[in-house]
Amino acid sequence: MTRALALIPLLIALVFGGFFLWGLDPDRDPNDIPSVLISQPAPEFNLLEVDGLATPSFSQADLVGNPGPVIVNVFASWCVPCRAEHAVLTQLVEREGQRLFGINYKDKPEDAVRWLTELGNPYEMIGADSTGRAGIEWGISGVPETFIVGSDGTVLYRYVGPVVGDDAVKKFREALDQAGAMEIEAGG
Amino acid sequence: MTPEIGHFALALALAMAIVQSVLPILGAARGNILWMQSAKWSSLGQVFFTSIAFFALLQAFVTSDFTVKNVVENSHSLKPMLFKIAGTWGSHEGSLLLWVLILTVFGAAVSVFGANIPDSLKARTLSVQAWISVGFITFMLFTSNPFDRVFPPPIDGQDLNPLLQDVGLAMHPPLLYIGYVGFSIVFSFAVAALIEGRVDAAWARWVRPWTLAAWLSLTAGIALGSWWAYYELGWGGWWFWDPVENVSFMPWLMGTALLHSAIVTEKRDAFKSWTILLAILTFSLSLLGTFIVRSGLLTSVHAFAVDPERGLYILGLLAVSIGGSLALFAWRAPVMEPGGIFKPISREAGLLINNLLLATATGIVLFGTLYPLFYEALTGGQKLSVGPPFFNAAFIPIMLPLVFVMGIGPFLSWKRADLPGALQRLRFVAVLAVLATLAIWYIVRGGPVLGYLSILLAIWLFVATLKEWTVRIKLFDVPFAESRRRAANLPRSTYGMTLAHAGLAVAMFGFIGSSVWKTEEIVFVKPGSEIEIAGFNVTFEGLERVRGPNYVADQGRLTVIQDGEFVTELFPESRYYPVAESNTTESAIRSTMAGDLYASIARPASEEAGAGGTLTLRILYEPLVNFIWIGSAMLVLGGGLSLSDRRLRVGAPRRGSEKKISNASKVPAE
Repeated sequence: MTRALALIPLLIALVFGGFFLWGLDPDRDPNDIPSVLISQPAPEFNLLEVDGLATPSFSQADLVGNPGPVIVNVFASWCVPCRAEHAVLTQLVEREGQRLFGINYKDKPEDAVRWLTELGNPYEMIGADSTGRAGIEWGISGVPETFIVGSDGTVLYRYVGPVVGDDAVKKFREALDQAGAMEIEAGG
Repeated sequence: MTPEIGHFALALALAMAIVQSVLPILGAARGNILWMQSAKWSSLGQVFFTSIAFFALLQAFVTSDFTVKNVVENSHSLKPMLFKIAGTWGSHEGSLLLWVLILTVFGAAVSVFGANIPDSLKARTLSVQAWISVGFITFMLFTSNPFDRVFPPPIDGQDLNPLLQDVGLAMHPPLLYIGYVGFSIVFSFAVAALIEGRVDAAWARWVRPWTLAAWLSLTAGIALGSWWAYYELGWGGWWFWDPVENVSFMPWLMGTALLHSAIVTEKRDAFKSWTILLAILTFSLSLLGTFIVRSGLLTSVHAFAVDPERGLYILGLLAVSIGGSLALFAWRAPVMEPGGIFKPISREAGLLINNLLLATATGIVLFGTLYPLFYEALTGGQKLSVGPPFFNAAFIPIMLPLVFVMGIGPFLSWKRADLPGALQRLRFVAVLAVLATLAIWYIVRGGPVLGYLSILLAIWLFVATLKEWTVRIKLFDVPFAESRRRAANLPRSTYGMTLAHAGLAVAMFGFIGSSVWKTEEIVFVKPGSEIEIAGFNVTFEGLERVRGPNYVADQGRLTVIQDGEFVTELFPESRYYPVAESNTTESAIRSTMAGDLYASIARPASEEAGAGGTLTLRILYEPLVNFIWIGSAMLVLGGGLSLSDRRLRVGAPRRGSEKKISNASKVPAE
């Protein structure tokens, strides 16, 4: 065995050590991770409609085969930032004709109905995730979260937190445009 | 008072370890026999004091002494006794104390049972072992003291994480640690050999039982952990490629490679540097596991309370131990003379392929586990996570050729083998495996080609392993009585190999069946709802509130009917632990050899829903999943049989020019 060969394990270990030292920086939060669902098919879920609401519920099947990308928004009446985000989403639907699906996360039906009556209902379909099971399937870390799903049912983008403020809206719209452009390219 | 005794005992253990880390190795350098032999007493002393510390903490948990912070954070007076005991190693501090206890037990075991090991090698090994002790005991005393008190003491504790309150998991850490830490002694042997500048067949034979003991505990520990995840987490599935699972799997893969390369060193005096390197890397990967789990470096479902300061301390330990040993390796390994020569077709070559594939597999798991960290560092903070698709795509293509070679390897003889001859013997095995796979395909239909290919290889391995045994005893070639006599005279290590290799084949059936042919339904149910899955008709009858010692649970009742006949009732639970304020799912499983019907329910969101409303039922059918546990048990038993082989107990190997023929090689492999 030559000396150079015998040195390789040590060199590799040193490189690893460097990365570890960097990784111990206390400002780093390894839990802040983007969705593993990106480029994956939307997860399976099974939701009932919100009691007392005429809007139908939806399942994974409704996200497949749409003419263009659709938005899936996780919201709750108890979530204050959702209120701010609601206006942005309404605008996307009413002015730009985007299609919006809602997952009503761990909410009481009567509260959800009151909230939507008060603010208006931009959602095409709403599923009531009273147990939070669908939230787990979607891998959400909190409310609100918003996903863009392509016409083939693939999750293309995830936004954590409210899509509120110029930067956030700009980022989200870009992701939406990109998703639309991709579909056209793909001939869809 | 007892916690203080424990704390003090830990400090005394440190003092012992410091003495042991200096005196014996100096004695070995100077040829002072008394200094060398001092290791015996200091290693026993270390065990004595770490045991006192461990039992002091155990006592605090058993008596629910809520003046001790660790007990407050991890126990509760209402907890069942078994889990009070298990709580001792449920926390970061407690588990570290167990770690240190096992570390010192292994050191003492070498000094007591290693009567046949030369004094100088033993002294150096025990000094290296004591260096590790010093590192970890100071780590405990300075950053993670399990005996810290609280004042004023609270009325009751905060309870152990309810997920961890499980029999399987109570046993999982101790076994895993015996495995992890057991490799420390192999590491110490390797470093001592590098210092001596001498590795030979005798060295490999002294190291072998320790490697085997560590390996079989690690196998049992991983299997138990996987079993726990399977029935406790309620996700279905037994392996998730989670970072913490991966860090226990890497030493196992490396340790398996070590186990095989050490055979070559023992029998043929070859692969010396490589065996030493594997011994160092196996324990390094165990240390890496400790580091990753406790530093918060990666995100995982398992993480202990994390603390960057602790992380920095362990990183320092890693730098000294891994960096130091690898530097020593780079310096000393080139001077070790190469050993036995062999042809490209021989048992050595077969084991070389085994080693290369296992090392590659370890590299893949290591890379996949740490890739998120590398990526984040190199892209300036962008995150990603690496999931099962990567591991399955990269790992399985490495494992399948390994299984193929495993079928052939034992038929090859040392030095130069007759491959056509071996393949001729295996012709029948290959035909049988293909026919059996076609039969399975005919019955099952559907499923990916890779699934059938894996089944083909599993059958191949199983039958080839049996065939190899029949060849050894010359079954049907000689009168039956003669075969029986041969079977009785085979060394236990041979049976160990046969059992372990067959065990892997059996476990493979489980891996394949339960991942490729699994079916799953997630549905909303109301009393009376019916679900069809894998030929079973499951009816949800209703929900009942039941009470446990420290939890309340919603228990669902399911009636399972197959072909119009009643099969069983299942009672999955959704538990709530008021003290820890957390929920767990308790899945209900109907287990048969053909497969498990697995049900878990998710708690209704509100009280009204619980009173007859809807709730989520997750129901899975996992074919052949029990083969995994049976196969794992066979691996462990095989390791145990090999460990009990008489060549490891009697006939102290002597160093020297003469090449001894071992018992095992008296039976020609042909």
